Formats: sequence, C-alpha cells, structure tokens
Amino acid sequence: MTVNIDGDNVTVTGNACIRGEKYGKDECICPMRTVTSIIRVDNREDTMVSVKTKTPVKKEDIFAVMEKIRGVTVSAPIKMGDVLIEDLFGSEIIATKSID
Amino acid sequence: MIKHDIVIIGGGPAGMAAAISAYKAGVTDIAIIERDAKLGGILNQCIHNGFGLHKLGQELTGPEYAEAYSREVEKLPIKVYYETMVTGFDKNRIVTAQNRGGILKIKAGAIVLAMGCRERSGGALNICGTRPAGIYSAGTAQKLINCMGYMVGRKVVLLGSGDIGLIMARRMSLEGAKVEAVCEIMPYSGGLTRNIVQCLDDYGIPLYLSHTVAEIHGKERVTGVTIAKVDDKRQVIEESKRYVECDTLLLSVGLIPENELTGSAGIEIDAITSGPRVDQNRQTEMDGVFACGNVLHVHDLVDYVSDEAEIAGTAAAEFVKNGRRDGAVFNTVAGEGVRYVLPQSISVGGTDDISLFMRVSKPYGKVRLTVKSGDEVLASAVKLKVAPGEMEKIVLKANKLNNLSGDITVALEELQ
Repeated sequence: MTVNIDGDNVTVTGNACIRGEKYGKDECICPMRTVTSIIRVDNREDTMVSVKTKTPVKKEDIFAVMEKIRGVTVSAPIKMGDVLIEDLFGSEIIATKSID
Repeated sequence: MIKHDIVIIGGGPAGMAAAISAYKAGVTDIAIIERDAKLGGILNQCIHNGFGLHKLGQELTGPEYAEAYSREVEKLPIKVYYETMVTGFDKNRIVTAQNRGGILKIKAGAIVLAMGCRERSGGALNICGTRPAGIYSAGTAQKLINCMGYMVGRKVVLLGSGDIGLIMARRMSLEGAKVEAVCEIMPYSGGLTRNIVQCLDDYGIPLYLSHTVAEIHGKERVTGVTIAKVDDKRQVIEESKRYVECDTLLLSVGLIPENELTGSAGIEIDAITSGPRVDQNRQTEMDGVFACGNVLHVHDLVDYVSDEAEIAGTAAAEFVKNGRRDGAVFNTVAGEGVRYVLPQSISVGGTDDISLFMRVSKPYGKVRLTVKSGDEVLASAVKLKVAPGEMEKIVLKANKLNNLSGDITVALEELQ
C-alpha cells in the first residue's frame, strides 16, 4: 500500500480493502490507536476488568492514557460497555467484559 | 449414563459457535464441556482489539468477542458442564469426563472437538544455559498480566515473532517494561503485518530476523540472554553472539493443536497441521466426530475459527438427524509452494460451494494459486502478497466438483 502526500491532497493506492484508504491516510497524517488494558476490581479477589478506549486516541497520547488507567480501581458489578473513566483525550474508557 | 445429541468438547470460540450453529440446524439437546469456570477460552486473556472485523463487522477485544457468543449460548437451552475435564472418548461416541461430582459417562449422538491449541514450551527448544525464574511462554505472561494483574518483568527479550509474542511485546511496553529485542529464527515474521506495525514499530522495539536466543544467563532470576544470528540452516553463527541484559525471557515459539484426546481415541493426526484429517464438513475419519478451530489447525483470526465451527456444528446436527452420507472422496494435496490445505478430503455430491483454506510455505510477492484435479482447473486466484502467517482461502464452486478425476492439488506460481 502506498500513500502519496501532495500538499493537502492525500491519495492511497494499492490498498487491498476499503478500510485501507482511511487507515493509510490516518497513518500518515494522524495515526490513531485503540488502547486496551486492565483495571483492578477492588471488591473481588484477584480480579481485573479488561478495558479499552471507546474510540481510538492519538498515538502520541497512548502513554498518558495508560497512566490514567493505572491510577484507578473500580467496583463490581460491571457490565461490558460501562464507562469507567469519562472524557479522556477525546475518548473514554469502557469495560470490555462483565464482572458479576 | 447421560445422553446428549451433540457433545462439544471445549467452550472457547470454536465450541460456542459450533453449539449455536448446531442448535440453529435443528438439534436442541446440546452440551458443551468446558474445563474453565466460564466460557470464552483463550479470548478471555486476549484483551487487545482486532477481533470480529470479518465476522461481526466491528473491531472488538477478545473478551467482547467471547461475550457476544457466550450471551447467545446462555440464551439457548444449551447445557454447559463447567470445570469439567474430558479424559477420553471412543468410537461409540461415549465421552468420559471428570469434575468435582466424580466421573461422567456421556453417550453422544455426535461429538465436536473444539479443544483449541497450546503453546510450544521452553522445554521443546533446548536453549543452552541455566533455568532461572523469569522464563515464560507469551500466553502464560498474558494470563498473569491481563487476568490476574501480576506484572512478570521489567526488561524483556522475546523469542519468536508470532502474533501472541508481538501482542505481548506491546502489552509489556504499555505496562512500563522495556522490550529490548524480539528475535525470530526465520528470515521473516510469522505474525500479521498489522501486529508488526502496531506492536513493535509503534514502540520502537527492534525485530531481529534470523536471530535466536543462544543461551540463558542467571542463577535465581534471568540476568540476561545471549542472542545470535543464525545461518540458512538455522545454526548459530558464533561470531554474531551478543549479550543482552534482561530479567525476563518470553517465548512465542509456536502453537500446537491439543489433540491428546483425539489421538487416544484412535484418530490419525496429520503430520503438518497437527490436527485430525477432516472432510469439508469438518468430520474426522471417525463417524460422527467433528473438529473445528485451533484443535484442527492453528488459525490467525478468530473470525475464521467461528466460520469453521459453524460448518462443524451444522454438519454435526445433520449427522444426528440423518447419519453419515458420503459421496466419492477425493484428497486435497498441497502442491508447489503450499504447506497444507484444509480440508484434507472432499466428499463430492453436495450442492454447496466448498472453501479451501491453505498456508503457503514461505513469503511471496504476487502469486497465482491454482486448484486442479488432473488437468482441469477448478479455481484460481491471484494474490498480491502471501505469507505463511496469513491463511488464504479459495472457493470451489459446487458445479466444478461433479467430474473430478483424482486428487485436488493446490499449487502456487510466482507472477511478475
């Protein structure tokens, strides 16, 4: 896959699927990543809830996001999709599993 | 003795999809036997995203993909035996299992094998040096970090660049560890391209191709490893040896389908895939015993596991209702440039198109994959780029399968 940048004009060629065009452009201009990690569940023994940024964040913000995630604990019950940290670098942290 | 129409061994992605599809195909008495306390299998520890793009049309994490299926299983009247370990089955389809209640004998109308795979362990590698603490398989480290919240090390060297290894290199970096090197003995990575970019390049982790870990150092805990370049016979080049300080060595050196049960039941295991040989319905050579997912061959995407499990689950239901119905059987053969083809045989006479899955033997640029029986071309496809780490698929049209003259061979030719 090749991305050509000519001023404001960005063209993607050789992409194998339609997702490739957007991905190629984003990779060159502003690469975005979904960050996934875990948060400790404080009222369950040895239990972690897996989490992710609901939408991708800028690649340069990944470690700042991780720092926020590491700074918190949460309490069960948790449902998949629950927002665990609001408003974080243009996204939010949601649970990716349910803990009864 | 307990009886079930279909018994599925394993409640991971393959087992769950097989159960749901068997139910949809009209069999309602279905049991899943799962050794863990919950469904989902290995997906539960794969907290990264990238699952479900093909199958569910969205990018999910492993636990989300698992929960999408486990919710559906729980909605249906499917019996799940949790914390229950199958210890054997036989050609009469009597499954023996064990749990806290004792030993269970279950008579099954059909069996679906969905036990998944396990990691090749350090013991299989014969690395020189000591055996201190700090050596983990990538999947063990993944479970410790993601499910139990224990960080396994601070300075890490990875041996093997399969997908789990790449994912763990990123995971360790995110949690503050420094990944010093990823060594890959082959001249190419076995992982998906997106994982090399998003797990190594993003974090500035060097990937050393044609490199291995030649020696492990440390008495109580790993203190470092010697890494070295290998020649084209994969032998260590002495003068290239280099010491790398680290406290942890992660091994991501291959996955092996978990077929002890299959082999013990007397089903022959394919030397290349390490799984049972199956036909297009994913039926093994033993009547009424089907297999799907990583127990059959190691997949790169869970989406393909679910697809394959739907084939097996639907066929198992068909077997329960109507018994085995075979037409003439033709073997599939991996020709030039192809490592294996699955299914290993095709029984003709059906009306459905059949998908052949294959892996190439090494990376190539533009190639044409051609499926032939005798001189007749059954299907062909041009691919811009192929690699052993990415499974390829070719669909055979049902009407092409009426006049086969012999083995079905898939071969590759390089194009300019």
